[in-house]
Amino acid sequence: MLWACILLPQLALDGVLRRRANDDPLVLVDGAVNARTIVAANASARAAGLCVGQRLIAAHALLAQFDVLPCDHQVVDRWQRFLAAVAYRYSSEVSLLPHAIVLEVSRSLGLFGPWPAFENMLRVDFTALGFRHRIALAPTPQAAYVLAGILDGSAVLEPAHLRDALQPVPIRKSRLPSASIDVLSGMGIRTLGQLLKLPRDGLRRRFGSELPEAIDRLLGDLPSGLGNYRPPDKFDLRVELAHEVENIAALLFPLRRMTSDLGAYLAGRDGGVQRFVLKLEHRDGWATELKIGLLSPERDAGMLFELTRGRLEQVQLPESVLALQLIARDLPSFVPTGRDLFDERPVNALPVEQLRERLRARLGDRAVYRLGSTTDPRPERAQAITESSAGYHEPHPRPTWLLDRPIPLRGPMPRILAGPERLETGWWDGAEACRDYYVIETSLGQHAWAFCQPGEQIGWMLQGWFA
Amino acid sequence: MSALVALSSMLDAHQIWRGRAEPLPAGDQPTGWAALDAALPAGGWPDASLSEILLPADGVGELRLLLPTLARLSHTARSIVVVTPPYAPCVAGWQQHGVDMRRVDIVAAPEANVLWATEQCLRSGCCAAVLAWPRQADDRALRRLQVAADTGRALAFVFRDRRHLCSASPAALRLEIETAPCVRVWVRKCRGGVAPTQPFPLARSLH
Repeated sequence: MLWACILLPQLALDGVLRRRANDDPLVLVDGAVNARTIVAANASARAAGLCVGQRLIAAHALLAQFDVLPCDHQVVDRWQRFLAAVAYRYSSEVSLLPHAIVLEVSRSLGLFGPWPAFENMLRVDFTALGFRHRIALAPTPQAAYVLAGILDGSAVLEPAHLRDALQPVPIRKSRLPSASIDVLSGMGIRTLGQLLKLPRDGLRRRFGSELPEAIDRLLGDLPSGLGNYRPPDKFDLRVELAHEVENIAALLFPLRRMTSDLGAYLAGRDGGVQRFVLKLEHRDGWATELKIGLLSPERDAGMLFELTRGRLEQVQLPESVLALQLIARDLPSFVPTGRDLFDERPVNALPVEQLRERLRARLGDRAVYRLGSTTDPRPERAQAITESSAGYHEPHPRPTWLLDRPIPLRGPMPRILAGPERLETGWWDGAEACRDYYVIETSLGQHAWAFCQPGEQIGWMLQGWFA
Repeated sequence: MSALVALSSMLDAHQIWRGRAEPLPAGDQPTGWAALDAALPAGGWPDASLSEILLPADGVGELRLLLPTLARLSHTARSIVVVTPPYAPCVAGWQQHGVDMRRVDIVAAPEANVLWATEQCLRSGCCAAVLAWPRQADDRALRRLQVAADTGRALAFVFRDRRHLCSASPAALRLEIETAPCVRVWVRKCRGGVAPTQPFPLARSLH
């Protein structure tokens, strides 16, 4: 067993920063209303002298203008679960620890390559999502968690080397039960190495069973005891905007983040999305809903963004927008399109599905279709918007253009080229047709498909063109 | 007078257009009409280019001219897109000419978006042929389509009224269909060769 730990030291702050386009000073505060304390500050706030642990009043004295947001633990929790869903892409065993995600990778290494390459993939993913991280690898999740806190990028591949790697870890950073840590420091135990040398039964007598068990878990002598994370079955992401937004262009930045989150979630789940809803929330709790349906499941973040943008740009905002919510419930499995080695298409060709989606996004959901034949002989019902075909080969001449509705054909008497073909049907469904069809040539030289009443050759109705 | 410049150096620097275009390599897009193939410099449709077909009216054989090509292309890997046709394509009629209708996408675009949709299809590289009936297409719009067809290696067919014959066009091939005294096709412009002086008759069997 090998566990990778992704430590997220600034989860709360990154969750806020990633949807802000500007770099103004910002702090997150927590605590009672009269004793607000800074729990996180962004780079420009820190440059101005604000720091974690400072009282908000003191911060106001240092800097005149900065944004203050409350630290919402529910939101932080949601971000952590979202990132666990992203990590789920790499391993089926993902667990959550405070401010960290651990995943079992020994079996994933075969698929994603040796550890340095795999580690790099994780870093690229998390950097792209906008979360700062520290990654470490160890034979137990707890050890990886400890090592990630000590040295970013450290990796212990062999269980035999774990003890040596843990020796120099300061006891304060060992993530052992906090009550024991205070006592141990009081005893003069400064590093894990010193602690591991102490006789186990003596520790048990002095600290109870909690500390020895934590040490056993750290070294892998006991199972880790972590609950497995299971990804949720629906994607629901809500982003509150910092200001009221009145034009679509300002919604695109948060939208790009949301669709890329959706793409990351879908990749983790190895699924696609076929239908999703974008809610633009206005004042007084009402929202404009934008339903987006795709022809086939997709998960490419760039494509999802383009499609949503295409639909969004056609919306007239009735009011300013306060928040965006993206909900995807219908998550069918996704089959990536394979490409043939001997493909005739140009190298940079777009998949045809993507072209159809792009056209639909701008022209409307019903703008791209294919026609198939039915078994009905009446021309107005002989074809329908369908992928299937009746497989019936019409022996009589049929035109290449068909009019939606027959129209009267005026002008001089046409020349008859072929016909009549009697069509008498439809008595069972109320649209009875009794017609004689002819192929005729008009005075302009067009070949037309027209009909008249049985036995007559006047009152021509034009049905199609032999173009 | 400034220094004399040798003609050969200017020719080498491609500063002078010599009037005679490079002979076109024989393409592999036969039209399916032997007489027309023989008359065209590329031995068929100019590959990855715009072809313009000028008509006096709808229904004079403009699809008949294309159907052998469409039937051939509908059995290749790429699809065929018909952008805003003037009438609904008749499935039975197209199938009688051998077109696999499962490979034909029809796009219904409002007038203002016809050129956009055509260009997207051409540029995408996943379409073998794109048919369009733009009503307002100027020289610039057609040039865009020509560039898009070149980018996506697709055949572009634009159907326009024959009154546009007198206006210049960037299309690599311009065909005019004439109905009187019989249905004939004139090659009005073909890139890489001299337009033949004789029209060729378009046989219009019903099947």
